[in-house]
Amino acid sequence: MRTALLAAGAAVMLAATPAAAQQKSVKIGFVSTFSGPAAAIGNDMRNAFELALDHMGRKMGGLPVEVIYEDDSLKPEVGKQKTEKLIESDKVDFVSGYIWSNVVYASYKPIVDAKTFLVIANAGETRLAGENCSPYIFSTSWTNDQNPIAVADYMNAKGVKSVYLIGPNYAAGKENLGGFKSAYKGKVLGEDYTTWPSQLDFSAELAKAKAAKPEAVYMFYPGAAGVQFLNQYAQAGLKETIPLYTTFSIDSLSLPHQKDAAVGVISALEWTADFTNDTNTKFVGDFKKKFGSEPSFYAAQSYDAAMLIGSAVAGVKGNLSDKAAVQKALEKADFKSVRGDFKFGSNHYPTQNFYMQQVVKQGDAYTQKTIATAEKNVPNPHASKCSMK
Amino acid sequence: MTLFVEQCLNGLQFGLLLFLLAAGLTLVFGIMDLVNLAHGSLYMLGAYFAATFTAWTGSFVFGAVLAIAATLLVGMAVEVIAMRRLYGRDHLDHVLGTFGLILFFDELVRLIWGPGGRSLAVPSWLNHSVAILPGIEYPAYRLAIIVVTLAVAAFLYVLVMRTRIGMLIRAGASNREMVGALGVNIKLLYTLIFGLGAALAGLAGLMQAPILTVQIGMGENILILAFVITVIGGIGSIRGAFVAALLVGFIDTMGRSFFPQLLGDLLGRQAASTAAPALSSMLIYILMAAILVVKPQGLFPAGSR
Repeated sequence: MRTALLAAGAAVMLAATPAAAQQKSVKIGFVSTFSGPAAAIGNDMRNAFELALDHMGRKMGGLPVEVIYEDDSLKPEVGKQKTEKLIESDKVDFVSGYIWSNVVYASYKPIVDAKTFLVIANAGETRLAGENCSPYIFSTSWTNDQNPIAVADYMNAKGVKSVYLIGPNYAAGKENLGGFKSAYKGKVLGEDYTTWPSQLDFSAELAKAKAAKPEAVYMFYPGAAGVQFLNQYAQAGLKETIPLYTTFSIDSLSLPHQKDAAVGVISALEWTADFTNDTNTKFVGDFKKKFGSEPSFYAAQSYDAAMLIGSAVAGVKGNLSDKAAVQKALEKADFKSVRGDFKFGSNHYPTQNFYMQQVVKQGDAYTQKTIATAEKNVPNPHASKCSMK
Repeated sequence: MTLFVEQCLNGLQFGLLLFLLAAGLTLVFGIMDLVNLAHGSLYMLGAYFAATFTAWTGSFVFGAVLAIAATLLVGMAVEVIAMRRLYGRDHLDHVLGTFGLILFFDELVRLIWGPGGRSLAVPSWLNHSVAILPGIEYPAYRLAIIVVTLAVAAFLYVLVMRTRIGMLIRAGASNREMVGALGVNIKLLYTLIFGLGAALAGLAGLMQAPILTVQIGMGENILILAFVITVIGGIGSIRGAFVAALLVGFIDTMGRSFFPQLLGDLLGRQAASTAAPALSSMLIYILMAAILVVKPQGLFPAGSR
């Protein structure tokens, strides 16, 4: 009788406590690549995410934060399994991370179906911004075609009349080169898609590019493949004769391996380490202090993802069960981004500036320098295909 | 025309490099009847050793020589410690055992060299292009690979065809039991052959290192091709490996460079850009299937001589 009374009393008390107190912690799943050659990217993202948590005092809206990191091994099917595990057994409140377009496209469905929020920190699969957009999907990066469009516009303005395209044969490669072609006004003399991620020797493609005699070569090879491409480009004697343009193939992780082979190469990004706003100065400074290396754009986007989630949890005062309120809070993007102002378009992708970068050698160090603002306040081009208005 | 000559050289260079890998694999497969999946790990070790030793000595050539010696020693140690337990067992045991070695070496490399990979620069005296024919420029480093691998192939030919060890190797490939029964120290022979195979893999790895990056798992993709070559050439036959490696190198390179265009004329550009990379990477396997239909033992079966 006594126990029954106690139990009844406890039940009453539980029912009486406000919803916010039921939420004991914020659980975040983070899917990235932590094994194999691309592990360097995953680790950089994790470091930045952890740094952001440190900067927030490891609390969001007063609640302690628990992050579960999962390795996708650069395979869509593995990424999907890990995502399902995060949703079904860990019951996370947010899922973030994702480097690869094919991985995120295989994984987004279980997240959205479970009405969990997905904050993509890199992968720019265009369909998630367009026809498959969702109130539950947000991105702190871009879609695959945006940066190439910026490069193409820049080349149009410079009067580059012909180009040869080389990229990997998977979702992001096609969208990247496709984006470039959609905006480029000169002549595309040829395009090659290589087997991804296994093909690492580009001698045949480079010989074709050379024979086509273009005014410039545009390529897209993220991660270690970017190192190989640039080295082989220089070895083939093309570096001196045909200027090279790229996106996502040079970052602070690959640059120490690319060195001289990358000097002079031009690319476009929404962020670089040399931004001078307060948030970025603090981010870059603390990142260097804590991890001993310069953060990559992957890191910057992951830092923003953590800050965005933090702002939303604080915005709803920890009451994560009210999904509509969480969505509103995320849409507000009430946080200080490393790229300065940050705002979302109607499809939950950022409306942002793009900047041209060129690799320069300063003393013994290699770094990317911002040389121009390519485009200002560009809304995501796929917003019109998204049903959210 | 220029493009064609250049692609021929690319195919030759790729084929010869594959030969280095396949030679060791086919010897071990043919003579010890051992399926060695960990051959790619020795290729990776060769590259890592070369990166480290080159940094120490400041010379690519010294670094390469030390790296070959080191891979040879590692290969012999692996044979004595691990492979001896696997002889005479089922092929499934070989696959399991040597797959375990892959994981072991990947983790070992991660512990010693870290997960980030290494880079090895092309030596400055080879970092330029050479005009082989008027108007045809080719990277000097890739040309050097062709020269070195041809020299190694010649050395292997002399070793296998003209020396006593070579005689034992050939005998072992044809009939292992009989060689042992004739009182040859088969254990030592096995260790030497495995070491030789490892050194060849190491050489292939270190020569690829400046072209690709030195990274964990770099041996796994190329190992599949090496197995294909072993099968096409006939298991245990160095000559078969040589011919098959050149075939595969040429077909792969030519397929990649001319197939998309060919297909584009047939199917239209949009369809071709999707299908061509997939189809051109299938060409080698189609070749393998075709050869196995005609000659199930491979081009130069070792046992039939």
